[in-house]
Amino acid sequence: MDREIPEHLLKTKNGEPVTMLEAISEALFEEMTRDDSVFLLGEDIGVYGGAFKVTRDFLTHFGENRVIDTPIAEGGFTGAAAGAAHMGLRPVVEIQFMDFISPAYDVITNYIATSNYRGAGPMPLVIRGPVGGGNRGGPFHSQNVEMAFFHTPGLKIVYPSTAKDAKGLLKASIRDENPVIFEEHKGLYRAPALREVLPDDDYVIPLGKARTVREGTDLTIVTYGAMVHKSVEAAETLESEDGVSVEIIDLRTLLPLDEDAIVESVKKTNKLLVVHEDTRTGGIAGEIAIRVSEKAFEWLDGPILRVTAIDAPVPYSGSLEDYFLPQTGDVVNAARYLAAY
Amino acid sequence: MSDSAFGLGRTELHDLYRALCVTRAAEERLELLQKQGHVTGGVYRCLGQEAGAVGAAFALRRRTDGTGDMLCHTIRAAGALFLFGGELIDYFRQYMAKGTGPTRGREANVHWFDFDKGFVGPVSPLGTMIEIMAGMTLSFRLRGEERIGMVFYGDGASSTGAWHEGLNFAAVQRCPMILMVENNQWAFSTPTSKNTRVSSFTEKGPGYGIGAESVDGTDVLAVFDAVRRAANLVRSGEGTRMVELKYFRRRGHAQHDPQDYVDPAEIRKWEKKDPLDLYRARLLEKEWASEAELVAIEQDAFDSCRVAAEEAIGEPYPDGPDAVTDVYTDVSTPHPWTRADSPDPTLA
Repeated sequence: MDREIPEHLLKTKNGEPVTMLEAISEALFEEMTRDDSVFLLGEDIGVYGGAFKVTRDFLTHFGENRVIDTPIAEGGFTGAAAGAAHMGLRPVVEIQFMDFISPAYDVITNYIATSNYRGAGPMPLVIRGPVGGGNRGGPFHSQNVEMAFFHTPGLKIVYPSTAKDAKGLLKASIRDENPVIFEEHKGLYRAPALREVLPDDDYVIPLGKARTVREGTDLTIVTYGAMVHKSVEAAETLESEDGVSVEIIDLRTLLPLDEDAIVESVKKTNKLLVVHEDTRTGGIAGEIAIRVSEKAFEWLDGPILRVTAIDAPVPYSGSLEDYFLPQTGDVVNAARYLAAY
Repeated sequence: MSDSAFGLGRTELHDLYRALCVTRAAEERLELLQKQGHVTGGVYRCLGQEAGAVGAAFALRRRTDGTGDMLCHTIRAAGALFLFGGELIDYFRQYMAKGTGPTRGREANVHWFDFDKGFVGPVSPLGTMIEIMAGMTLSFRLRGEERIGMVFYGDGASSTGAWHEGLNFAAVQRCPMILMVENNQWAFSTPTSKNTRVSSFTEKGPGYGIGAESVDGTDVLAVFDAVRRAANLVRSGEGTRMVELKYFRRRGHAQHDPQDYVDPAEIRKWEKKDPLDLYRARLLEKEWASEAELVAIEQDAFDSCRVAAEEAIGEPYPDGPDAVTDVYTDVSTPHPWTRADSPDPTLA
């Protein structure tokens, strides 16, 4: 491909900072350039460049055989992506809003996730898209979908919190031989605070490895996605106002879960708070709590607590949504309770 | 009944008969194995439908090096699986859930894969396979390969959302694939009239902008001819097409189903249209085969099934702990800690 690279995809090459959205675009662009078998499927990703413009100018650069606008039918094009993966291609599916992944639930759980186990071999397929609340999107443009898939063996689930991680994790996901659901928090897409200068080499961040965001000694917060940033705010408040030292673990990959990182931190701080933006019942906090109970019960000096969204559909009005979502103050209150326990 | 041999030579005409006989002999052998307690799960007969799968698969390019056409069969299209190189012994291993089978006991009956030979096993929700085959054949078009795909499914699967989404995608993308509707008039106990308002599934084709035709699914040569024509169109760039096989499921959904919801007179009527009997009579009448040749083919089909089944019977079941392998290509799944010699949850 001799076409010039669009200017907005050259920021890292030029040493300029990028947003998380731009980091994701760069990852896709670089992987498509590196490997001809990588191609994109999704709604409005071609001429329009995607609802959030993640694939802006990709169509003119790569052509319509590699950037395929699909009918509005997530099950159909996700299933088609799986068929193409069988034949040696590496499809990356964009779900316009991850709330709309549910029509593809059948093919993802019954077909895609079981493929390697059933003897059909690797299934290199990434299903990516925007998730998360805080944008007044209402019930159908705000959900987190990880736990609908967390219970399905054979899938990997990735949920980055920074621009650097998003790029490295997405590259790793595209190169993975297993199906990956890749969640991108839309509130982080263009967040100015997340802009950073990325390494200009072809780096990848391995799946299944958590990151210690902040070291601490009094309690551990295990979290991911947008809640990493609220947890960091809370930790700074706790340190300055209470003298409490908080360690923060960003899971980065939810499935497989980096249990070792969680257990190691709990053994150090002896207290655990799990923070997730997803709703409460059946959230990942439950799974983390049982694993710590299995592996580090003797090290615990307090109850395992959680801060989450409330068990309700995501409401539209700002006052309702703010009440629905976990806020920094919730994290501070829960951490204070736990620190004093 | 077709009078023409459609350009097929004597050997090919005999191969068609052999495939029909193997299909029937394999299923009859399965019934025997089931009575002997060797089969895990159900036995789903395609009695009366053998010609549909055999005639259709015979019209495709069958290779063993991953460059031929691609088939997605169903449990009632085992004849297509055999023509694409699916081994009888693997068929019996799968039905018996043996560890030596191609899925090592993870999956049932005809649900297995061989991408070199060109077949992809179905999952039980069959509508899904329209989506999968759409993507497989999309890859052929994107790479400029002259390959096509064929996906079988029952009349019941035509009611699913996956069928619609997969077909619509394939039609729009001009995926080179043929949808083979096995209209055997029953989805388990539900008659076609309760699955669709149309009298022929070909009526659905125009709604997706694709060509469709219906063929007598008991006539192996008519099926071959219809599918060969469809395959030529699909291969030459027309995109997706549909062929409806019209016949009748002469047995219950599986052996557990007494089929008492079907008028026995209807079954007797279709017994007179048995695809093996019809084709055998035609081979003799047209002098495309001698009685002795046909008997030899029948005996060979019977013997191959008996030998394969007997070999499979003696083979081991998978080891229980193999259940944890291959969930991922690169992440291990732990064994239950309660099964360890010294159970300890911190080792979970």
